[in-house]
Amino acid sequence: MLKFSFWDILSNLLIATEWTIILSLIAFFCGGIVGLILLFMRTSGVKPLEWFTKSYIEFFQGTPLLMQLFLFFFGIALFGVEVSPWMAATLALTLWTSAFLTEIWRGCVESIPKGQWEASATLALTYIEQMRYVILPQAARIAIAPTVGFSVQVVKGTALASIIGFVELTKAGTMLNNATFRPFLVYSLVAAIYFCLCFPLSWFAKKLEGRLNAAR
Amino acid sequence: MLYKLEFGDLLPYWDVLLQGLVFTIVLTVVSTVAGIAVGTAGASARTFGPAWLGRVVVVYVELIRNTPFIVQLFFIFFGLPAAGVTLSETTAAFIAMVINLGAYSTEIIRAGIQAIPKGHIEAGVSLAMSKWEVLRHIVLNQAFRKIYPALSSQIIIVMLGSSVVSQISAQDLTYAANFVASRNFRNFEVYLLAALAYLLLAMLTRSLLRGLGRIIFKAE
Repeated sequence: MLKFSFWDILSNLLIATEWTIILSLIAFFCGGIVGLILLFMRTSGVKPLEWFTKSYIEFFQGTPLLMQLFLFFFGIALFGVEVSPWMAATLALTLWTSAFLTEIWRGCVESIPKGQWEASATLALTYIEQMRYVILPQAARIAIAPTVGFSVQVVKGTALASIIGFVELTKAGTMLNNATFRPFLVYSLVAAIYFCLCFPLSWFAKKLEGRLNAAR
Repeated sequence: MLYKLEFGDLLPYWDVLLQGLVFTIVLTVVSTVAGIAVGTAGASARTFGPAWLGRVVVVYVELIRNTPFIVQLFFIFFGLPAAGVTLSETTAAFIAMVINLGAYSTEIIRAGIQAIPKGHIEAGVSLAMSKWEVLRHIVLNQAFRKIYPALSSQIIIVMLGSSVVSQISAQDLTYAANFVASRNFRNFEVYLLAALAYLLLAMLTRSLLRGLGRIIFKAE
C-alpha cells in the first residue's frame, strides 16, 4: 500500500490550492465585470432593466450557492451540452459573485449625494458619462473595502465546487482523507490553508475600512 | 430545448422533500437562537472580559470567519472522531451551525457594543447599577437595536449555508433533493424546486424578522 507522509499530504493539498486560487480569481474578476454591467442596469432608472437586475440579485442572494451549482451543472446539460464541473463551477460562482458585488456597489453609488447627479446632468452629460466621470470615481473609493471583504466570501465559496466534483482544496482534502484515513490532520491542514488565503484579505479589508474612516 | 421538464415525477416524493424542509427550518431556528447566545457571550467577553479571554474570542472568530463552512463541518464530523469525539450527522450539523453563526454574530454584536457612547455606561455605573445590570439594560439593549438588520441578514446567510450539511448526510432539504434526484433522475426539476423553496424561505424569514424587530424594538 502506498504510504503518505505528512509532506506528501501537504504538498498534494498545496497543488490543489492552486485551483482554489485560480477559480477564485476567475470568479472574482468575471463576477466584477458582470457586476459592473448589472450596476449600470440597476441604477439606470429604466424600469424593465431595474426589475430584471432586482430579481437576478434576489435569486442569487436568496438561494444557496450549492443549489446554484447543482442547477448549472444539471441545467446546462439539458441543452445537450457536455458540462464539466469546471465550467459549471466558474459559471455559477461568477454569477453568484456578480449579484453580491452589484448589491455592494449599488449601496456605494447611492451614498453619493444627489447634487452630484444633478450637477453632472446640468453639464449635459449622458447617464453613462455621469457614471463614468462623476459617480463611479467617487463611489469606488468607498467600495474598495467591502469589495476586498467580499473576496473572502468568494474564496470560501469555491469550496462548494468540490461537491460537484471539481478538484480544488476541499476535494483534494476529501480524496486524501479517503487514501490516508487521517481526517484530523488532513482537515486541519485544509482549514489552515484556507485561513492563510483568507486572513490576509480580511485583514486588508479591515485596514482599508479604518483608513477610509480616518480620512473622513 | 431538447428536454421536456417533468415536474410531475416529483409528486410521489413530496413527503421526503417536506421532511427536509422542516429539518432545514428547525436547524436554522435552533442554531439562530444558540448562535446569537454564543455571539452575545463572545462579544461581551471580548469587550468587558479579561484580556486573555478577549484573545481567545478573537482567535475563534477569525478562525471561523476565514475558513469555509464545509471544511468546518468536515472537521467536526470526520476529523473529531479521530480525536475521540464521535457525533451523529445531525448533532455535527447543529454544532457546526452554532459555532459558525456564533463567530459571525460575535463580530456583529461587538460592533454594536462599540457604537455605544462611553457616557451611557458611566451613567449606569454612577446609578449604582451592577456590572450585569449595565450589560443587560444599557449595553446589550442598545447594541441589539443597532445591529438587528445586520444580524437578520446573517441569519439568512446561515440558513442558505445550511444546505451544505447535506454533504455529511444530515437530512435537510438539499439532502432530500439529492435523494429524490438519485431515485428518479429528474435532477434539474428537483433542484429547481428546492432552490425556489429556499428562495421562499429566505424571503419569508426576512419579512418575519422585520416584523419581529418592529415588535421587540417598538419603543422610541
